Parts: sequence; C-alpha cells; structure tokens
Amino acid sequence: MKKNAVSKNKLYTLAALLVIIALLAFLQANSSQYSYQISILERSAIYAVVAVSMNLLTGFTGLFSLGQAGFMAIGAYTVAILTIPVDSRASVYYVNGISPAIANLHCPYWLALIIAGILAAALAALIGIPVLRLKSDYLAIATLGFSEIIRAVIAAPQLDRITNGSYGLKSIPGFPNLFIAFGLPALCILLMVLLINSSYGRAFKALREDEVAAQAMGLNLFRYKELAFIISSFFTGVGGGLLAIFMRSIDSKTFSINLTYDILLIVVLGGIGSITGSVIGSFLVTAGREWLRFFDNPLVIGGFEVPLFRSGFRMVIFSILLMMVVLFYRRGIMGSNEFSWEGLGRLIRSIPSRIKRKSKAQKHPAGIPLCPESMDDSKKGDNA
Amino acid sequence: MLNTAKTPINVLHMQDITMQFGGVVAVNGLTLDVNQGEIVALIGPNGAGKTTAFNCVTGIYEPTFGQVDFMGETILSNTPKGKMKKTYLGEVSPRPIPVISSTPDVITKKGIARTFQNIRLFGQLSVFDNVLIAKHMRAKQNVFSATLRLNRKEEERMRAETIALLEEQNLLHLKDEIATSLPYGLQRRLEIARALATEPKFLLLDEPAAGMNPQETQELTDFIKQIRDSYHLTVFMIEHHMDLVMQISDRIYVLDFGKLIAHGTPDEIQNNERVIEAYLGVSDDAED
Amino acid sequence: MSLTTFLQQCLTGISLGGAYALIAIGYTLVYGILRLINFAHGDIFMMAGYFMIFAMASFPWYISIPVVLLVTVLLGVSIERVAYRPLRTAPRMSVMISAIGVSYLLQNLATYLFTALPKGYPEIPFLKKIYQIGGLSASFVTFLTPVLTLIIVYGLIILINKTKIGMAMRAVAKDYDTAALMGIKINRIITFTFAIGSLLAAVGSVLYFTDRMTVFPFSGSLPGLKCFVAAVFGGIGSIPGAVIGGFILGLGETALVAMGYSTFSDAFTFVLLIIILLIKPTGLFGEKTTDKV
Repeated sequence: MKKNAVSKNKLYTLAALLVIIALLAFLQANSSQYSYQISILERSAIYAVVAVSMNLLTGFTGLFSLGQAGFMAIGAYTVAILTIPVDSRASVYYVNGISPAIANLHCPYWLALIIAGILAAALAALIGIPVLRLKSDYLAIATLGFSEIIRAVIAAPQLDRITNGSYGLKSIPGFPNLFIAFGLPALCILLMVLLINSSYGRAFKALREDEVAAQAMGLNLFRYKELAFIISSFFTGVGGGLLAIFMRSIDSKTFSINLTYDILLIVVLGGIGSITGSVIGSFLVTAGREWLRFFDNPLVIGGFEVPLFRSGFRMVIFSILLMMVVLFYRRGIMGSNEFSWEGLGRLIRSIPSRIKRKSKAQKHPAGIPLCPESMDDSKKGDNA
Repeated sequence: MLNTAKTPINVLHMQDITMQFGGVVAVNGLTLDVNQGEIVALIGPNGAGKTTAFNCVTGIYEPTFGQVDFMGETILSNTPKGKMKKTYLGEVSPRPIPVISSTPDVITKKGIARTFQNIRLFGQLSVFDNVLIAKHMRAKQNVFSATLRLNRKEEERMRAETIALLEEQNLLHLKDEIATSLPYGLQRRLEIARALATEPKFLLLDEPAAGMNPQETQELTDFIKQIRDSYHLTVFMIEHHMDLVMQISDRIYVLDFGKLIAHGTPDEIQNNERVIEAYLGVSDDAED
Repeated sequence: MSLTTFLQQCLTGISLGGAYALIAIGYTLVYGILRLINFAHGDIFMMAGYFMIFAMASFPWYISIPVVLLVTVLLGVSIERVAYRPLRTAPRMSVMISAIGVSYLLQNLATYLFTALPKGYPEIPFLKKIYQIGGLSASFVTFLTPVLTLIIVYGLIILINKTKIGMAMRAVAKDYDTAALMGIKINRIITFTFAIGSLLAAVGSVLYFTDRMTVFPFSGSLPGLKCFVAAVFGGIGSIPGAVIGGFILGLGETALVAMGYSTFSDAFTFVLLIIILLIKPTGLFGEKTTDKV
C-alpha cells in the first residue's frame, strides 16, 4: 500500500517538473514578450534561495541571525569581480582604475558562484567563533553589526580599486538562458532540502528544541551551530551572486539592512520552519510588491480622485499587511509544514466543504439550533 | 553471578566534589563510588544538591573543586580560580590539581547518558525523531555524505535500532506523535529510550519515577533492572520514591544540604537516624 | 590640532553623545523590562523630528515643543499597545520581528507622507544662537544638550530609585512573573516605561535635529541602531550604562570624522559592539545571570 503512495508521489512530482520545464521553454522562446514577468519570477527564485538559507538558520536551528545582507554582498561582489569581462573592466573602474591583482582574474559564472559561496562561508566561520555563543537577541544584533561592517568595508574608498567603492560594479553578464536562471536556485534549494531531511538536519532541529538535551545526546553545541551558520551563509553568498547576475549591476546600497528585513519578512510570511513556505512567500512578496504598484498611482473612479493613492502608498500597504501577518497569523502560510501531494489534495478537496459551510452560515444566521427539531414546542401535538 | 573475589570495576568515582554558586555551596565535598553493574541511588530532601551533583558529572556545571573519574580515567577536575579562590566556602580545602574540563557532549560520547528531572524532550519533534537524533553522534558519516544520501547504510541502521528501542518501550505505535502530546508517564519512558539510544555504559536517571502512580513505578522498577541486565549498564539514580529505591538499589548515598550524611545498603539506610532526621526533622516528642 | 580645536571637537562629541544617551536610555529601559530590542525606537525619534516640522508650521516654539513631546509619547505608547502587547506570550523572536515590522512601517509611512527628500528642520531661534565660552563657540543647543541630558538622567535615577513606580519598574525588570503576582499592574508599568522612552526620544530629537537641520525617513534607523549598540556597550538594562555608552559613542564618532575617516564612523559603532560582546557581553555596567538546569 505504502509503495503505491510513494510511486504516486513520484509520478505527480515528475508531472509537475515536466510542466515547469515546458513553461520555461515557452517563456524562453518568447522571452522578450514576457520579460517583465520573467524578471519577477527570476527575482523571486533568487530571494527564495536566500529565504530558505535564512530559514535553515533561524527556523530549523533556532539561531536568529540578521546578517544575510552582508553575506549576499560578499557573494555578489565576488561574482561581479570574477565575471565582468576583462575587456570591460577598465570602463567599469573608470575613476580609479582596477587593482592589478584582480584585473585579469576571470572564470565562468558557475565557478564564480561556488567561490562566492565559499568566501561567504569562510567569513561566516570566522564570525561564528565569537558570535555564536551569544544569546539570541545579542546574536541578532551582532550579526546585523557584522553585516553593516561588511558593507562599510565594501564601500570604503580605500578599497576602490577592488570594489569600485560607491560607484558600484556593472556590466555583469546575465544568465545564458532561463533553464540556468531557474535551475541554479532550484539546485540550491534542493541541496538545502536534502540537508534538512538528513541526520544533520535532525541534529539542527534538536539544537532548536533544547540545547541542553541536544548536548546530552552528544551534539557539540558550538560545532553544530557553526556548521549551520557556515552552510546557511554559503547559500546566502550564492544567492547574492545569483542576484548580481540577475541585476547586471550592483552597489553597496543594494545590501543594506533593509534587504535582510525583506528576506526576514518573506520567511515570516511563509512560515518559520517551512521551506515550502519560504519559497511560496518569496514569490508572493516579490509578485505582490509589483501588483501593489497599483496603489502608487493616482486612482480616478467616476471622475473622483480617490485620496491616498500616490507614490509610496504601496509600501505602506505592504508594511501593514506584514504587520497583520506578524500579529494575527504568526505561523505564516505554511506554519512549519512542508508541501506534500496529499496535503494539496486535502486542501483542494476541502474547498467545496468550506464553501458549503460559508453558505450555510448565510442561510441560518442564528447558527445551530439549541435543540433538535423533534423537541420543538410548536410542533407538539395534543399531548401537551 | 559476580565472583566476589574479584575487585569490582569502578565506573564512577567522585572525589571531594564541591559546587559553589556565589555564596551558596550546593554540593560540599562529595565523595562516592559506583561500580560496574550496580544500581546506586542518591537520595535526600529537596534542595540537597542531588541534581547539581549529577550536573557536575555530566559536564553541565564545572565543579568549583574536585575530580570525577569514569572507568578509571579522570574526565573532570577543577580547583578554585580567580575570585573563587578568596570566596571559597567548601569544607575540603582545595589543593592544586590539573584542570580538566569537558562539555556534556564529550561526556556522552564516553558512554555516560542521562535523563532530566524536568523532562527535556525535543518537544515539537516526533517520538521517532527524538530517539533517532540520539543515534546521530555515533554514526559514521559527515555532512556531505549525509546530504547526498551516500550514507544509506548508516541511516538504515540508525532507523532500525530506533525502531527496536521504541518497540521495547512499547512506544512504536506512537512513533509519529509529537513528543509533548504524550502523557507524562510515556514521556519519561521516551526520555529513557532516548538515553539508551546513545549506547551508554553508565546511565544517570534523575527522578525517573516522578509523577508516576504505584503501578507505573513498579513497572519502571522492573524495567530498570531489566535494562541493567540486558544492556550491561551501571545505573546511578536520584529518586524520591522510596519503594523503588529500596527495591532495586545495591547501595544508597544520602545527601543533605550538599553534604554526604550516610551511605550503605538499603537496610542500613532505612535504620539510619541521621537520614530519618534529615527527611522528617528532629522530633522532640516521639510521634508516630 | 590646537587645544581650542580639540576642545571644540570634544564639545561637539559630548553634545552628540548627549542626544545619543537620551535615545539609548529608551532602548535600555524597554529591554530591561520586556527583554525586547525595540527596533522601532529609532523611528519614533525620526517621527518626532517630523512632528516638530509640522508643529512649528502652525505654532510658536513654546507650544510646539510640548505638543511634539505629547504626540511622540502617544505614538510610542500606541505602538506598544498594538504591536507588542498582543505578543507578550509569544516566543521572543516573534516580538523582535514585530518590532522590525513596526520600524519598517514607520519608515514607509514617513516616505509616503513626507516624501523621501530631506525636509528642513525648523529653527528655534534661542537654540541656534551662537555663544562664546572661552575660545569655544557653538550654538546654544550644543552647550545645552549635555547639561540637559545630565539633568534628565539625574531625574530619572531619582524616579527609579526613590519613587513607588520606580520600584515597580525595577521589580518588573528583575522578575516579571513574581512582580505580577505581587499585584503590580504590569500593563501600566510597561506603558509608563514606553512613555518615558518616547519622551526622551522626543527631547533627543529636538536637540539632534536642531543641529542636523534636515529630517528624512531614514534619519532614525541608523542612529537608532547605534544608540542600541551604545546601550549594549554600557550594559543593557542599566541607565548609567546607556548614558556612558551614548557619550562614548558620540565622542568616538566625532573623533573619527575629525580625523578624516567619516566613512567608517558608522562601522565604528559596530566594531565597538563586537568588541564589547566578545570581552564582556553584559556590557560595562551589566549584571551576569546564570540559568538553572
């Protein structure tokens, strides 16, 4: 019986994959026509990678770190420096020239991404040593601090010849095609899913649940926290690198604390402790932000200009929506559950009964009768 | 079964263990032994320092002074340093001894496992995962082999052993339940199963019968004896349920206000006046 | 550098430090009671700046200032009521996320209402009047800030140590649950704490923005974060610690700018944070707590 369920799942997953690949092929063929939608999807996919890596650290291991922007910056700048075509470099570093050490350093994007991840992970290993023994609030602030320090270092005029300081880096080559653009994030997320479902993933969850008990079960606290931190930062760095390739040009302002907050809000919306949630949240937030642009432009209904609709309104709406999620819907969309075909089936099948319940409530506003009809006095016969 | 001519193998030796928090000496000059295959109980009124003594053995606290040997090897030792040198209030005067410290995970790897007074399960995880996690530390794998599923054999072995442990505890049918949804008595059993999963030689139980009714306590009593035999364990137990203690303990140590006030077999302890005094207080008139 | 210039820089540093100290106290008070890093505190400070701009457009300064103080207190207290109180029983992470959410909301609200362009802060004539003391010349506000800070801190310390409500605040900070069991009205104490914090932030904003001359939606976030670091440095939960932290921060920043490393002045704060977290995480005046297993 169980074997049937497993192979059914595999069938559904394979079918879904085929659909996605077909969709990608279609979009690739019509890329100029759908470029706006494609860019939204690409950005969502990249944010999803970073959101999942943050969730790995925060939701699964219980380490509240706010340093994502800093590691993304490291990843982005690494990829930029390594992939900007050598010929273009002089024009990019037009103010102060490029440092000879890196002027001819070049490698293909996939290698650059790996190096980006490794550099971010190495820095995380270093930072982790002092920072991971702090309590949760202090950990948050310390990682935030490091993120800002990284940003300050990148933007420092002293490093102009490497990072181009405040002028930023441009002419970063983009993704060769859509399959790569979505395949790379998918690969990253797949690896993280495999990790979470492995023995080490369970060890991370143990750390989140009860550190003292985890230690008593033979898990060295520092080593496992450091491991989670390093792995999470690796993928955050790769995410930053992917962002650089997507945006084609970056500067240090992109990687401010607000970027970390954006990722955090995606994680919260999707559900802390749910990878599916982070992915869904990422698409919802990125797409939602675009839809909300509707609020940024003056709205005229029947000749009357609706007040409030002007530039900046959509971010206010967005912030209010997020506050509502935080206050009333704390567990997020997925809570700590993951996607499963059975779960989806249940959800779909429950829709008709949910609609029925709602229409019933409308027909009988008084609700459930206090006593069954057979005891209704008005129906009593002569035997009163 | 034991050849009385052979000297018993010493599993745990605590020497002059003193634990001082600020101005309070929680454990004062505690010296005790537990030998292979024994079930030894540590009893005493609440606040006597029993759990603190346990915590010193498992590495949660670093003793202010004293030494802990496991299987003949010194695993922990400390002597007052810095500020504590001046404020030390213990009864045994400290001597210079090498400082050896350890974290709880290292001590667990050596073969010492424990349960906690206030049940510390991995609350939001399933019953199965709670025990499975305890198998992680001895598995032959690393983060890459685990992620890329190259460790299938190890994973299967861990799962098979977990199933066996749960079955033995009669918890297998609940394996997918969230740990905190279990009734109290079953949570305690789960904690013991989890401790056994670490393949220990020495098991410390902190009030295993707390909150249990007489029937459950009897089942637990039989169970402790049974695992001692089948897993070749040595058991060191903190307990208040005197029927459990008197039934299966080979020897008993009694702690009061951090100091050892008595030590002996169950019979000796039951008739020891100081012990009775510690529990019930000194009575001016003889009352029933 | 001549002595006068050095002293001039010191004065600037102390003045900046005073404003920082007032804001840092707000953080330390709230953290002491709720163990919450009120990420929104810096943005309350920023909103106070905007309130002043609009108040001064309609009223003279001696009405504007009390109005701004009052409105800022109302803002701070409402935020506690709406965004933090419902999450009192939630895990700590949730409240921190809520604080981040409020901060985000305030910044976006300010951007929407007032545009992202810096707005000129109104001049309060008597504050901007230049005075000369010895060889040092500065506006009145620069001299006033540290003095006012010390007076306020003195008053606060008397409040905390010598009044009934101060004792209640200390009790709640020490042991939340027992304080509630002893009949202390927790909600009132917490509201009061937020009120004081917001009041100080408002005062700080008047002193700070009078010097800066412009307000923009993000003028609160970085100073806010820096002041939190100052509070951590001095020992979170300790008022003298927050004050000392604020002054050290102000002096350090001014020194860096004077020496030409202005781009690093922000990073300086965080380096300070890392150092104190490594050496003495509880801060200069903090207390150590042990957990019971």
